[in-house]
Amino acid sequence: MTARLLAAAAAPARRPAWLSPAAVTLAAAGLIAAAALPLLPMRAYLVSLLMQASTYAIAVLGLTVCLGYAGQINLAQAAFFGMGAYAVGLGTASFGLPFWLALAIGVAVAAFLGMALGLASLRVGGHYLAMVTISFQTIFSLVLINWVAFTHGPDGVPNIARPTWLGRPFDDGQYLSLSILALAAVGLFVLVLPNTRLGRAMRALRDNELAAGVVGVDTYRTKVTAFALSSLLGGLGGGLFAGGFSYVSPDQFTFGESVVFLTMALLGGVGSPFGAMLGTALLILLPEWLRFLKAIYLAVYGAAVILIMVFMPDGIWGFVAAQRRRWWRAAPPAGAVAPLPLVHQAPRDAGRTVLAVEDLAKHFGGLKALDGVSFLVRANDVHALIGPNGSGKTTLLNMLSGLYRPTRGRIVLDGRNLAGLHPHRRAGLGLGRTFQNIRLFGAMTVLENVTVGAERPNNAIADGEGGLARHALAALDFVGLADRAGAQCGSLSYGHQRLVEVARTLAGNPTLILLDEPGAGLNHGEKAELVALLKRLKGHGLTILIIDHDMSLVEQVADRITVLDFGRRIADGLPGEVLRHPDVIAAYLGEGHAAS
Amino acid sequence: MGIFLQLVFTGLGVGSIYALVALGFVLIYRATNVVNFAQGDFAMVGAFAMVVLTIDFGLPYWVGIVLTILVLPLFGAAFNRAVYFPLRNRGYLPVIISTLGASIFLENGMLAAYGPRPQMLPPIFATQGFTLGPVFLDSQYLVILATTVAMVAAQYVFFERTLIGKKLQATSQDKEMASLLGIPVARMIMITFIYSATLGGLAGILIAPIIFVSVGMGSAIALKAFAASIIGGFGDVRGAIVGGLALGVIETLGAAYVSVPFKDGFAFLVLFCFLLARPQGLFGERIAEKA
Repeated sequence: MTARLLAAAAAPARRPAWLSPAAVTLAAAGLIAAAALPLLPMRAYLVSLLMQASTYAIAVLGLTVCLGYAGQINLAQAAFFGMGAYAVGLGTASFGLPFWLALAIGVAVAAFLGMALGLASLRVGGHYLAMVTISFQTIFSLVLINWVAFTHGPDGVPNIARPTWLGRPFDDGQYLSLSILALAAVGLFVLVLPNTRLGRAMRALRDNELAAGVVGVDTYRTKVTAFALSSLLGGLGGGLFAGGFSYVSPDQFTFGESVVFLTMALLGGVGSPFGAMLGTALLILLPEWLRFLKAIYLAVYGAAVILIMVFMPDGIWGFVAAQRRRWWRAAPPAGAVAPLPLVHQAPRDAGRTVLAVEDLAKHFGGLKALDGVSFLVRANDVHALIGPNGSGKTTLLNMLSGLYRPTRGRIVLDGRNLAGLHPHRRAGLGLGRTFQNIRLFGAMTVLENVTVGAERPNNAIADGEGGLARHALAALDFVGLADRAGAQCGSLSYGHQRLVEVARTLAGNPTLILLDEPGAGLNHGEKAELVALLKRLKGHGLTILIIDHDMSLVEQVADRITVLDFGRRIADGLPGEVLRHPDVIAAYLGEGHAAS
Repeated sequence: MGIFLQLVFTGLGVGSIYALVALGFVLIYRATNVVNFAQGDFAMVGAFAMVVLTIDFGLPYWVGIVLTILVLPLFGAAFNRAVYFPLRNRGYLPVIISTLGASIFLENGMLAAYGPRPQMLPPIFATQGFTLGPVFLDSQYLVILATTVAMVAAQYVFFERTLIGKKLQATSQDKEMASLLGIPVARMIMITFIYSATLGGLAGILIAPIIFVSVGMGSAIALKAFAASIIGGFGDVRGAIVGGLALGVIETLGAAYVSVPFKDGFAFLVLFCFLLARPQGLFGERIAEKA
């Protein structure tokens, strides 16, 4: 054991994300391009194309964050782009502000309005967001055209200033360098983001919003943050665009342009900043090569959007990355794995009540799915909740997790009333859960899934990113899957996926674990392993509430059993008593279980 | 007072257009759980079919309508096959984006083929309308109101009283279960798109005499119709109608008493207010996912 710990301590610290090969390449390419491009003899036309591409790409990177990472659609990116552009335009031309101040105002306004829009619309489903952003885009265009006194109306804003250098405004070459540097910086940020806590939360909610909440991600706040970040980048791109072209007008920021931004992001691939840059470059250069399309280019974009969605959902870069992954597998994390330091190790004051369910009821219209159920779960017990189909078990679990609001009754975890708390707040109080129909974050690796679990609020884990990864790996090791840490969840067998869910919960050091039919779909051997795992968990002092149909499984592991039938508690106590209880036998006889 | 009543009537007329288009939204939403962003373009396609048949080919008006109603189902079927079907198992986001792509394709394809000049379709009835007290009742608006009422009644009977309607409902509530029960899910969704395209196209023909036929005519209305159905309660037929009518009245009064250029903004202002205060709308959408 000591040797293992020492080996883990000696293992090299993980390289920070901003030093990865991709990040270093991106930074170097940005610096070289910014330094070299202005020195090359270029036609003014080419310079303006590059300027357009680099500023557009910043806005498209916003869509990478919002759509690619967080899975939230934004059809108003041209409006946020226009806000930045008009802030710089009106700020410098109408109000005589310095460029940098006007740019800062534009970025702030875009981010603020994006946040406000997100706050208003992100509580509800994704189709609302799509329509709300289109509406916002429409209003923005109306304001630009009709508020003539402020925006100059359809005429647009001329004579936009650039920043100055030694008393002279930037020439085209210098301004191009500035745009490229800004693009490289934003690109780096977007590249590193997915491997941060915020980025993982975004991807988790994109892959499975419900599970993300239950695991401890504040989904609403994460969505609003993603949307505000996206708007901020839109505003930044637009502000730089205005300085580059010294003239802006309403027709540059219409819904059509929002669609162009979206197409750029989708064509290149929304999963990576390289996709955003590639898509932008292609769609800015393509029209130059395909001049004959001018009249119908938007129609072609429209058709392209459908074709991309059908045939290349991850875009060009996604396709390239998939090929690369095929030939160049990531090595599994090297070095030994430290044992999982479970916080609730000692069976401290056994008999203490961890969970109290009091008179809990849930009525769906006239249907009483659960009708006044009470029971206690005591520390370090494996407490089984059983009952025939439709007896209200999953309904009860969903109320414990905060997915359903009880019609009546109280849920008290460790002395704390959970009434009205969102799922992520409950996770933050130490309530862990697995799902009957597995809910993993499918596009993330096994280790990342477990890391999201470790990142639940209030989880006491030391020393930042490295400690987090070690902790997640230890949780994986506990369920015997440390060697699959780098795999995509989808490539795992059904039984292993269940174990990943358990590890994801364990990594959060839960006070109480809710297991929703963990035995469902497992074969005989896997069930035996599950029994062993449950016993080990109990041996480490954990408290478990388990739902299952499999009586032999329940008999082997349960310390106490509560039986539900038609939404009511019909028995509660030690397994020996409960399973002989005449009501329980009657309830199960109807289903034919009593034969065993 | 007379002017106010007149404005309210005009608002109801405009609102009934929104309600009619919103009905199409609701149908496809209930069948597929996805919002069809090209719904407005169904109206545009219907109106343009009429322009081509009656103005370009010089066919009589009623022949044009019959032919259009024959063509629209084919269009709906093709739309379903190209835009929805390949993505049916991939969640709502790809489908939303795909219908958006279809909308852009249809509008700009039509623009390239037909140019930006708006076309005019003659009204269905030669009479202009009649006066009732201080209010002038435009016959075109009356036709739209009547059609909306008839469509709502027909839709109610269809969904609640026929076997195929029940099958469609089952499909929308749980596709997997429906297919286990032997309901041909793919065909049910095809039927929904066919019906929805026909309904949308019909709306286009009805509103064409009022607002001119242009490539953007549908999407502008669809946006309002969507706002209307959120205000009413998304996915709810009553909500679509009440929301549509209310929005039409608010918009008309707003344009008359507040600001004409920002007429199109009022709808969205009301929408934002609803999203903040009552996102489930007047009649309440069930917003819950089962674990």
